[in-house]
Amino acid sequence: MSMLRSRPDFFDRLKKVTLPFDDGILETLRAGDLISLSGTLFTGRDQTHRLLFELLDQGKELPVDFKGQLLYYVGPSPARPGRVIGAAGPTTSYRMDVYTPRLLDLGLKATMGKGARSSEVRESMKKNFAIYLATFGGAGAFLSKCIVEAELIAFPDAGPEALFRFTVKNFPAVVINDVTGRDYYQEIASASSL
Amino acid sequence: MREIKSASIIEAVRQMAMEAAWDLEPDILEGLLKARDRESSALAGDVLELLLINADIASREKIPVCQDTGVSVVFVTLGQDVRIVGDLMAAIQEGVRLGYDEGFLRKSVCDPITRVNTGTNTPAVIHVELVEGDRFHISILPKGCGSENMSGLTMLPPSAGLDGVKDYVVDLVIQAGPNPCPPVIVGVGMGGTFEKAALLAKKSLLRPLGQLNPRQDVARLEQEILERINGAGRGVHGLGGNNTSLGVHIELFPAHIASLPVAVNIQCHAHRYKEINL
Repeated sequence: MSMLRSRPDFFDRLKKVTLPFDDGILETLRAGDLISLSGTLFTGRDQTHRLLFELLDQGKELPVDFKGQLLYYVGPSPARPGRVIGAAGPTTSYRMDVYTPRLLDLGLKATMGKGARSSEVRESMKKNFAIYLATFGGAGAFLSKCIVEAELIAFPDAGPEALFRFTVKNFPAVVINDVTGRDYYQEIASASSL
Repeated sequence: MREIKSASIIEAVRQMAMEAAWDLEPDILEGLLKARDRESSALAGDVLELLLINADIASREKIPVCQDTGVSVVFVTLGQDVRIVGDLMAAIQEGVRLGYDEGFLRKSVCDPITRVNTGTNTPAVIHVELVEGDRFHISILPKGCGSENMSGLTMLPPSAGLDGVKDYVVDLVIQAGPNPCPPVIVGVGMGGTFEKAALLAKKSLLRPLGQLNPRQDVARLEQEILERINGAGRGVHGLGGNNTSLGVHIELFPAHIASLPVAVNIQCHAHRYKEINL
């Protein structure tokens, strides 16, 4: 493996984006753009959403304000002593589709995971000027290096499904759905032979 | 009669559970390298390189290759002349529990109704096969469920024939899109019964990547399905290119005259696997 560089070539072409999102930045991103995220984001996956929605349904306040934020679908492996976090790549996003429109209505601006979103989520993104990003499944060890701080915010009993705030630096992602309604996966599929 | 103590089974499983999580096997690394070298899309080639870099970091720093360190699927080939001193099944569960705890691996197993995590990654799913002689072989396949969820099974009528089988497998993999982390390994079980086909599909993943079925007609079928999948252009992570699958493995078992079961078990590119003879 000695012929490998420490990072792939495309990292030099990444467009830098800070989190939470600055006003106007989402409008400049297009499906297929490679971006590099720096700043803070929240994490959650299946059980996290279930617990958040229990609170919403009971009319209670959520542990975080999602306005302008990015929610990353990840269930990290535990950190070794002295490390920030374990492996922390994306989980498959469609399982969160039933929850996403309501969170976007609450002001969430972006979600990040892997795999395509439902038509309901795509419609809700258009309505709310929100975007969807994919990062690299099966690259959890590499991506853990882009997380410089991890703070447990809520639902500690959910283990890997707890809600964390990550501070990330140069975290790579691909824009799949942009605010204009384009879908990069669909574009790749229509361009191919089947 | 050859004796094997349960303590040595616990230790073997503990060690394999950890090593499987952070060390990809040489056949998988070679498969990813070959995919990178033949990749038609620049972006997909870069992502394949990222996956190789990831495997290198994981191995050097003992961080899991993927945070989904899976449900532990354990296969035991047990010679009928071996005597296990102690409880074989309990030893395997204890090895998994220790390995996931000491290796800082993610515990991903929960009650299917309450969704409460068992906290130990147990119970493992264990398959024991009894054979002649005094062999004891044990392997662990930590199965991530992004790919497991995209698997499927169909009971085709025999008249569907090979075309029916090919269409089912190719469509399933293409429909799965980027969800199972392509380039995937496609495990196919053909024949047997409902449950036999599913188990064959899982077991086919234990075959080293790049090794074809010894039956020539089956090997041709494997290559044809692989070409069709890769020809569809979905590519690494659904980002385009000619590497949607690293390999198709088909295992057969005779079927009922009325039946042609086909099971497809999809495996992500982070195919983790360890084995040992005790």
